[in-house]
Parts: sequence; C-alpha cells; structure tokens
Amino acid sequence: MAIWVDEDSKILIQGITGKQGTFHGTRMLRYNTNVVGGVTPGKGGQKIDLEGNEIPVFNTMSEAVSQTGADVSAIYVPARFAAGAIHEAAEAFNENGGGLIVCITEGIPTLDMIKAVDKVKQYDGVRLIGPNCPGIISPGIDGGCKVGIMPAFIHKKGRIGIVSKSGTLTYEAVAQTMSVDEGQTTCVGIGGDPVSGTGFIDCLEAFENDPETVAVVMIGEIGGSAEEDAAEWVKENMSKPVVGFVAGSTAPPGKRMGHAGAIISGGKGTASEKFVAFEKAGIYVARDPSEIGRVLVGALTDAGLRET
Amino acid sequence: MNIHEYQAKEMFREFGVNVLEGVHCKSVDEAIEAYDSLGSEIVAVKSQIHAGGRGKGILYDPDSGEEVMKGGVKIAFSREDVLEFSKNICGNKLVTKQTGPSGKIVTNMYVEAGCDIDHEFYLAILVDRDRKSVLVMASTEGGMDIEEVAEKTPEAIHKIWADPSSGLAVEDCESLSKSLGITGDSAKELTNMLGSLYRMFLERDCSMIEINPLVRTKDGIMIALDAKVSLDENANFRHPWREEVRDLSEEEDVEIRANDLGLSYVKLDGNIGCLVNGAGLAMASMDVIKLYGGEPANFLDIGGGATLESITAAFQIILEDENVEGILVNIFGGIIRCDMVARSVIEASKEIGLDVPLVVRFSGTNHEEGKAILDGSDISIHTVNSLSEGARKIVECIGGGN
Repeated sequence: MAIWVDEDSKILIQGITGKQGTFHGTRMLRYNTNVVGGVTPGKGGQKIDLEGNEIPVFNTMSEAVSQTGADVSAIYVPARFAAGAIHEAAEAFNENGGGLIVCITEGIPTLDMIKAVDKVKQYDGVRLIGPNCPGIISPGIDGGCKVGIMPAFIHKKGRIGIVSKSGTLTYEAVAQTMSVDEGQTTCVGIGGDPVSGTGFIDCLEAFENDPETVAVVMIGEIGGSAEEDAAEWVKENMSKPVVGFVAGSTAPPGKRMGHAGAIISGGKGTASEKFVAFEKAGIYVARDPSEIGRVLVGALTDAGLRET
Repeated sequence: MNIHEYQAKEMFREFGVNVLEGVHCKSVDEAIEAYDSLGSEIVAVKSQIHAGGRGKGILYDPDSGEEVMKGGVKIAFSREDVLEFSKNICGNKLVTKQTGPSGKIVTNMYVEAGCDIDHEFYLAILVDRDRKSVLVMASTEGGMDIEEVAEKTPEAIHKIWADPSSGLAVEDCESLSKSLGITGDSAKELTNMLGSLYRMFLERDCSMIEINPLVRTKDGIMIALDAKVSLDENANFRHPWREEVRDLSEEEDVEIRANDLGLSYVKLDGNIGCLVNGAGLAMASMDVIKLYGGEPANFLDIGGGATLESITAAFQIILEDENVEGILVNIFGGIIRCDMVARSVIEASKEIGLDVPLVVRFSGTNHEEGKAILDGSDISIHTVNSLSEGARKIVECIGGGN
C-alpha cells in the first residue's frame, strides 16, 4: 500500500508534447510508471515515442480519461495555461469516477489558483496536489509510480511517509531515511505557493490511515500557518510518530525566499513559531535536515518499531 | 511587486474609489505648483517610497548624514509650509521602521488636498492562505499598525470573505459596515467601495490592497486617505502596463540582475555565501550555517534550469558582497546534474579568480562524478558528504563558529 498513487495507477501527462512533458514523461516511464496517454490540444490522434513506448495523444482531458481509464494526471503546461489545465482535468475526472491531479507548474497567478482550488473542491472524488511542487512518488519493487520531477533513483520502497513544501528538501529527507536504511511508502511534495490543493493535514491523515506507513517525515517552511495547523492535527489525531523540520530560521522578515509563499509577514509565519508548535504537538524535531535520519531512528525506537 | 501611493490612487480613481485631489511631484517647484493648483488651504506633502511607516520616519541629508526633518508625511497650512517641507523631503534620505537604517532617497512626492476627518478606519484586501479565498479585513482603529491592533484589541478587527465564484456578497459588506459602526449613506458608500476594490483586486491581479487610514469625513463621505497596493508577480505576463509603474530604484539592483538570470537571490548580513538548488534547501543551508555558529551572507537558489553561465554569474553576485569570506555550495541533483555543476564551479573559479574558501556538498544525480571532478581539479575545494558537514567545514575555514 501507499497513498494516492501506486503501480496500478494510470497516468496521463497534460502537455506531453512540450519540452517539459516529454523530458519528465520519459523519466516517469523509465521508472516503470504506467503512463497511458497525454493531452496536447490540436495534437490529438498522434502518438509520441517515449522510451520506445508509443503513447497516444488526445486533444482533451475528457477524451483522454474516458478512453484510457486514467485516474491520475501530471500537469507540465506553462503557467499561463496551467489553471485552465486543472479545471479541465477536474471536470474530466469528475465525469469518470474521480482522480488525482498533480500540477508541477511554477508561477501560476494566485487568483487563478483560488478559482482552480475552488473548482476541485466542488468534486468529491477529485484531488489536487501542487502547484509548484516536485509531485508524488510511491516506490515499488521494480521501479514504481513517479508522478513528477523528482530523481527516482534516490528512493526505495519502505515504510516511511514523507510530505514537504519544498522540492530539494524532500529529496534531502528521502536521502536521510535511506541513510538509516529506511525506505518510503509515498513522498508528496505539496508545493510552496500561497494557495494550493492538498495540504499537510490531508497527507498526514492519509498516512495515518495507510497500513504500510509507520512514521511520517514532515518538512515545512516559513510563511502562513499550515505547519501550526498540521501540528495541532497531529496532536489530536495521529497515532504514528512524526519527524519535523522547518526551513527558514534565518530568513529576514518581509522578504520572499524563492517560493511565492515563503515570506514572514507582519511578524507571522516564522520558523521558530512553527518549531514551537511542532514540539508542543509531540513531533520529533530535527533542527538540521542532516539529522532527520538520526531523529527518525529515535522516533521509531520509541514506538517499538526498531531496535536502534 | 509594490507600487507608489500616487500610482495606487490613480488606479483607485479609475475603479471609482474615493480619493482626494492630489498631484505627483518630483521637485520643490512642482510641489508649489501643485499647491497652487489644488486650491486647498491645507494639504499633505507625502514622501513616496515603497516602505511603510513614512509618517513616523526621519529625513536625513544623504551626504552629511544630518537630520533634516521628523516625519516623511507633513500637513502644510500654507504655501511657505509646502516650500519648506518639500525642500526637506526631496532628494533626502527617509528612514522608517520598514526601510532599515540605510533608508531610501525620496525622489517622488505627492501633494494632496486635505479634508475634515470624523473617524479613521483600517481596510485591507488580501489573500487568505488558509481559506484559499480573498479576505476583506477592517478595523475601527485606523492609522495604527494592524499587527499591533491584532495583538492588543483583536475584537476591533472584522473580516469577510469573497466567494471565489460569486465574489463579495452585498449582505457581508453591509454587516461589515455595521460591525465598524458605519451607518446610513456612509455604509452604502463603503459597500460600493468594497465592490470597486474587489473588482480592482481581480482585474489588476493584486496580492494586497491596504488603506490605512480609510476615513469618514464630517460630511459622512468615505475616502481612501492612504493606498498601498502590491501586485502578484506571477501574473505579470497578462499586465504589460506594469513595466511602466515599476520603480526599479525601489528594488535591490543585484536582486533584479539575479532574477533576470533565473536566480533567486536575497542579500543578508553574514559572511558565508551560499549557492544552492531549490528554495527550501537554500533556506535550510542558511539555517544550518547559523546552527553551527556561522552567519549566512545570502539566500541563493540557482533554480532547476541552471547553466554554466548562470552558475558563474551566481558566484559573481555572491562575491560582489564584500563581507563574503567563504562559500558553501549545496546541490541535491535532480534535474540538475552534479557533474555539470562541478564543471561550472571550476570554470567559474578560474574565470573570476575565486579566492575565498569553497566547500562543496553534492548529493543526488551524478554526485560521485561531480565529486571526482572537483577532487581531481587543481583548485582548492573542500568536498563533503552532508549539509551539516559542509556547514561545519565552511565555518571552520573562515575561523568562526563555536
């Protein structure tokens, strides 16, 4: 088991004929991800060769979903069209029994995202991850299901769930689990934008309910109060140990640190507030991401899940 | 991206939001001319800089450093006052709570007619990250910092939210007026104003509109006495007009240049430069340097599409900061390959004569090749295996830390 995607997931790539779509689509297939088709308006009916696989291209998501039975879509289209792509995917999945939309695109206007998230919210069976995120990966025995831009080879099937706002810090967390010989059930990058789909709590809840996941690593960053809310949720609802890190202790107030949402405004959203919330909730805190592995071993040992 | 008050008020006029008559000026002569043309005995002479806290700021002579005048926003009761205030503002350095000690040279002023104020309110429209919708926030305590109000008298703050598809409900606007104690025609005016501001927020892709104070005059008219507007930069592609209202002198030159190269750079006060891929990892690298007793000199994310050219430029930008005594490179290769970064590091160090200690940590895609390239080169580079090892090493190299 894993959360939301696994080896049986059928994946579509929106923007498959574009540079990003082709590049990452190829890498998804190399990891044995089940890519069943792609969408590029105006190029329907063509086939695109990715790693020796003939992948069908459709004009619309509606056609693509109904003809392939796909339940996951990866969006690699440019920022100005990305919100439209989310709307289209949400409608298509809603008409066909639901699905997961993973939006990798960076730089989507916030007001577009407010509308897109509102749209997705209206459909019970549709979930959005991102935007501005590395995606989601569930490692399997031989490859696995990779929906995004993360380097697949650093992962291994295992029992730790990972959720993070940042791309490369997610990889760091993965490497940390590997350094103590633990693999991952699923790693979710939820993205660093101010308005996005799936949040920390959605992921924590899914990991809590996933029988294979025994512990979770959660990586936050400055800005907003999602980490504090997640900590509160952990305290009330989580039976599995959580290891946490927050990036941005040294970030100056009022300055945007790369991610659109990573900003301390009006003295709120600081790393120290988030660390305090983590500690209050009984989350195992790592102050240095290179310590996540060691802290995780401690958490697993406390829970009787590991000898040392 | 921020714009000046005078530009924000122009936008307000366009959307039918009440503002007073005012003129944008760039010199003392223009300020006097503006005073004569406004025909209002009492006017406000306002420094135009992007930072807040102007009213309580202090103006200094940029050459001598001597204090010139207290207050960057002044009420003038005569032509002579306007002459004196504009002389003290124009070309001088304004230091406020938000500018930091280096302050901002004021080159733009706004001369605005006065009005009879009955009450000052606070009004802001912004994005609520938790509710994922647009929030209207108002308080009866105008003229004060909203953070201070939130802390001391949170009950004075009232909020309503716009529905993403149907927008702001008239009933919600009316109940907001009621909560603020605004009644009669003034309440109707506020409802109309909120509608106009919300339309502007959407059409101009704002990330924040703040009016502090919003005033009710003795005649019951609601007027935006101040205006602070921030624009969502992700929407720049559909607003070509922004190029014209952008004031580059308000932005850090080096941050603009970095941005043009696809780099994300923020200067800090420490002495250890950082070159990292990914915003979260870049922040974490700074944090860990600090954790081991060093002080980061910058935030720098080279992004997913870094090239030899952009990495060389990144080194140059880091080294422009004279405080930098050492550099930590921290790369977790995903799309970016560590061997490419290694070659870029060598090229860059040769091209710009890198003469400070350099510690490099590679992980992820092709990290072994990258490390081998650096270890085999004839330039002095410390390669390490983890971020904490890297942070400790660079702190040790510059002789700092604990």
